[in-house]
Amino acid sequence: MNATSNVFNQRIEWDRPDRGRVAMFGLIAAESAIFTIFVVAYLFYVGKSLTGPIPKDVLSVPIFYTICLLSSSLTIHLAAKSLRRGSVRSFEILWLATIALGAAFLYGTASEWHRLIYQEGLTISTNLFGTTYYSLVGLHGFHVVVGLAALSIVMVFTLRGNVGAMHTERVDVLSLYWHFVDTVWIVVFTVVYVIGR
Amino acid sequence: MRSQGSNKWRVLGSQILICVCGSVAAFADPAAPFSPTNIFSPASAPADSIFGLSLFVLAVTGAIFLVVFSLLLYSVVKFRKRQSDDGREPPQVYGSNQVELAWTIIPVLIVVALFMATARVIAIVQKQTRLDNAIEVVAIGHQFWWEYRYPALGVVTANELHIPVSDDHHPTPTFIRLLSADTDHSFWVPRLAGKTDLIPNHPNSMWIAPHQSGIYLGQCAQYCGTQHAKMLLRVYVQPRAEFDRWIQQQHQSSAVNGAGSPGQRIFELTACINCHTVRGTVANGRFGPDLTHLMSRDTIAAGAAKNTAENLREWILNPDLIKPGSLMPAMQLSDQDLDALTAYLETLR
Amino acid sequence: MSTESIAWPSTEAESRSFVDQIHEWVATVDHKRLGILYIVYALLFLLIGGVEAIVIRIQLIRPHNNFVSPQVFNRMFTMHGTTMIFFVIMPVLFGFANYLIPLMIGARDMAFPRLNAFSFWMMAFGGLLLYFSLVGANGLYGAGNAPDVGWFAYAPLTSQTFSLGHSTDFWTLALLVSGFGSIGTAINIIATVLCMRCPGMTLAKMPLFAWLNLVMAGLVILCVSPLTAAQIMLLVDRYLGGHFFDTQAGGSAVIWMHFFWIFGHPEVYVLVLPAFAFASEIIPVFSRKPIFGYAVMVGATVAIGFISMSVWAHHMFTVGMSANANTFFVLSTMAIAVPTGIKIFNWLATMWGGKIEFKTPMLFCIAFLFQFLLAGLTGVMLSVAPFNWQLGNSYFVVAHFHYVIVGGILFCLFGAFYYWFPKMSGKMYSETLGRLHFWLFFIGFHLTFDFMHIPGLLGMPRRIYTYEPGRGWDTWNFIVTVGVFFQAIAILVFLGNLLWSYYRGQTAGNDPWDAWTLEWSTNSPPPAYNFSTTPTVRSRRPLWDLKHPDDPDWNYE
Repeated sequence: MNATSNVFNQRIEWDRPDRGRVAMFGLIAAESAIFTIFVVAYLFYVGKSLTGPIPKDVLSVPIFYTICLLSSSLTIHLAAKSLRRGSVRSFEILWLATIALGAAFLYGTASEWHRLIYQEGLTISTNLFGTTYYSLVGLHGFHVVVGLAALSIVMVFTLRGNVGAMHTERVDVLSLYWHFVDTVWIVVFTVVYVIGR
Repeated sequence: MRSQGSNKWRVLGSQILICVCGSVAAFADPAAPFSPTNIFSPASAPADSIFGLSLFVLAVTGAIFLVVFSLLLYSVVKFRKRQSDDGREPPQVYGSNQVELAWTIIPVLIVVALFMATARVIAIVQKQTRLDNAIEVVAIGHQFWWEYRYPALGVVTANELHIPVSDDHHPTPTFIRLLSADTDHSFWVPRLAGKTDLIPNHPNSMWIAPHQSGIYLGQCAQYCGTQHAKMLLRVYVQPRAEFDRWIQQQHQSSAVNGAGSPGQRIFELTACINCHTVRGTVANGRFGPDLTHLMSRDTIAAGAAKNTAENLREWILNPDLIKPGSLMPAMQLSDQDLDALTAYLETLR
Repeated sequence: MSTESIAWPSTEAESRSFVDQIHEWVATVDHKRLGILYIVYALLFLLIGGVEAIVIRIQLIRPHNNFVSPQVFNRMFTMHGTTMIFFVIMPVLFGFANYLIPLMIGARDMAFPRLNAFSFWMMAFGGLLLYFSLVGANGLYGAGNAPDVGWFAYAPLTSQTFSLGHSTDFWTLALLVSGFGSIGTAINIIATVLCMRCPGMTLAKMPLFAWLNLVMAGLVILCVSPLTAAQIMLLVDRYLGGHFFDTQAGGSAVIWMHFFWIFGHPEVYVLVLPAFAFASEIIPVFSRKPIFGYAVMVGATVAIGFISMSVWAHHMFTVGMSANANTFFVLSTMAIAVPTGIKIFNWLATMWGGKIEFKTPMLFCIAFLFQFLLAGLTGVMLSVAPFNWQLGNSYFVVAHFHYVIVGGILFCLFGAFYYWFPKMSGKMYSETLGRLHFWLFFIGFHLTFDFMHIPGLLGMPRRIYTYEPGRGWDTWNFIVTVGVFFQAIAILVFLGNLLWSYYRGQTAGNDPWDAWTLEWSTNSPPPAYNFSTTPTVRSRRPLWDLKHPDDPDWNYE
């Protein structure tokens, strides 16, 4: 926000940050703190399960779905750039791609969980590994769901022709959230599939 | 305005006096404490070190309090608005770097001194090496009683801990390993040591080296449920000979005295044996206190009542009369059965 | 700056139906209205929490008393602590922050008015949910009962095994819900302070009130979230068969303590920083001097914010951590005493050389200074780990934290009520009743909380529904209980003063205290839009500059 003002016959420039952006950083800080606690619990309990399947035996590294999610960060970034340029068409396509990639990631998580529960017998109540794994990955998945819901709402507005270049700032703020979700996945991936195994 | 200031001064002055009297009263003559749980009359090694450190800390904080309190009092009295005020604003002072520096550096130095004194005592207490002739006790916290096991001496008892006096020249300290069977508890006998928690799946240990025999009181100091308040501690510090005699007595069989009595039959046929152990009989439950030498104890229900036949009978009739919310169920026995059972338990010396 | 206001039709005395008035309040997004809603809500819960305290103290007035059963007593202290922290102190501080920050920074409202309303209603609902446990939480003992696990709800006492029924879940969910509200308010405060300041008001020219609430908001974001995480874990344990705190499955009870206190310690700074904010506004005005060392005060606040995130395990000295861990937390805790002490010295220096007026707000703030000094020093005693092994979990700790919260925070809060009541209501309170409130409460506070230290020193643990005679605790407990009644009467005098003055008090005018921050430049109460033209400022005390054009602050800053 930019304003000039008359102060006792002096003109001053008055620049303050955008409040949507500040608020989103605040939200990201809060969510990071929540995820940190779940990560700490996960790391603390590595190797401490008294029974049941251990990570090495049952986890398979989700490379493909991780690539999907991380690519969606790229597509959302390009989408925001397109919108700033004013090309709503390419914004639409890239935004849709982001949603599709995010949905693919969720499908990957769901099928992984299906395999773990029905074939490996690992549930949230099986042992410490089960509890911490489903909680951490589930919390992240929940944030993906919320993000996809928000992205879908914007998609609907876009398809109805209500979104234009003047909404760039808001789209930027939303994509900040999406980048956060991706960053969290990098951390979760490292903790669960690299360190914890 | 003036009466306001001096009025305040009078009240503050009387308040200081109350605080001082209170603090002085809290200090006790170590030989005859008016409170058996006074942290300022230590009778054992870790409590001694803590006491020494606490005096140092009280002296430092007391001095800080006096200085700052006096300055605050002075400023409130001296710089109050007088009735003869001319209505002008006083000199507007915005700050002073030198002053800020001074009252940053001095507190930092005080912190360094306090910290070093503290770190020293932490090391003394927590890094104590285990001596060969130490008595080993395992204390297991339950809702709402204490189980004590002496693994090397083969003794299992409950609620009243017996340990030998430790001579300063030939110390025989007691090392206690602290476990829990259910939720969190804390072992606090102020005259012997600071408190240490008993946490399930998190074994702790503490040690005491009392230099004076006697009975030391305390109680559970971590909220553990309904009857947290009556999970009392009694530590019997005895001269070595007396302690050895107690161990001997704990080794003897108590089962012979009441063998075959109607009370014993009731004990074995009702649910008592599911929770309690009487060595030498079929009763080997672990949920409740070991009753093998029940009559060697001064109290029942973890100190909630004196160990008399009357109290024992009432406890078995309905524990909620003495300790509402304890985990022992009311046994719903007839008067006759109760009498017989109590008589049997009275034989377990 | 203009002090005129354009009259909106709604501010005139029109006959509006009762339902319309209620609807206005329920649907409001105006920061001033929401501020008042927070404050009134907190006052109601203050009464409820106070009754719980009275029950506790009557039960403890003598050994082996039978006023309430142990089950009821355990619910009393759990509800008292939970209510006072989450549904009294936090809401009232958020209320004052919401009301005052936009006015002090020359803004029209908070950054996100609708988020503001959402946060209030979340917090309000949380409080109702907690008390709904009284009817809804079918426990072992019959129809509905309140949680009885203590306000920090240690595991494994909170597991299904030891806490049957739903009372613990009401505790968990109530705090979870109100926690989301707190995070919303915190985000709002940060966005408002960073993005909505009027022209000329750089961060270095902001009132200390805004700075302290900014740091508080940052702490809320960083510390309420760990509690949220821990409560989700607890719910997973209780309902999905999880094992986060299940010691039978290899889980750790200690990790709950870590997570809780990572929240719990910064939380007390969340509570105290706004109290410091009140003192930092009131003491200068009634000493007729600017705050001494503004930059250092800001620096000390930020330092407190950072260090407070690293001291949490001083609540766990008795848990059996290693000597090195204990030593670290001793050091960090002692370190935080330094910036806190600096603040006391700066307030002292503000008064020094001034012309102190002993109006009711200043009486409370002066008492705060003495009392907070003592509270801080008992805190230093508790930071000495070996001393803590004796003092921890005893009535010494209870006395210490009540000294901070009541003697420190509540006293400043009373000061704030009296200071800003004229601005919020347009009426002046009764100074006589204010003085009566002060002295009654002062006497009661000291009777209760000075003497409460002594049973702690004599071995009395906390959270016990009764105690043995012959331990030397009887007399002190009796005195402690007597003090409670003085405080109760004082609170009633206070509420009476507020109500009476609201309807019958004299008109206060814009600036009854001859103060210097922007809120005093607009009407009392402020119009809906706060300022008719956006103010511009050149110094930390814009009204001083206006009143002293020959000697403005900006020549010296």
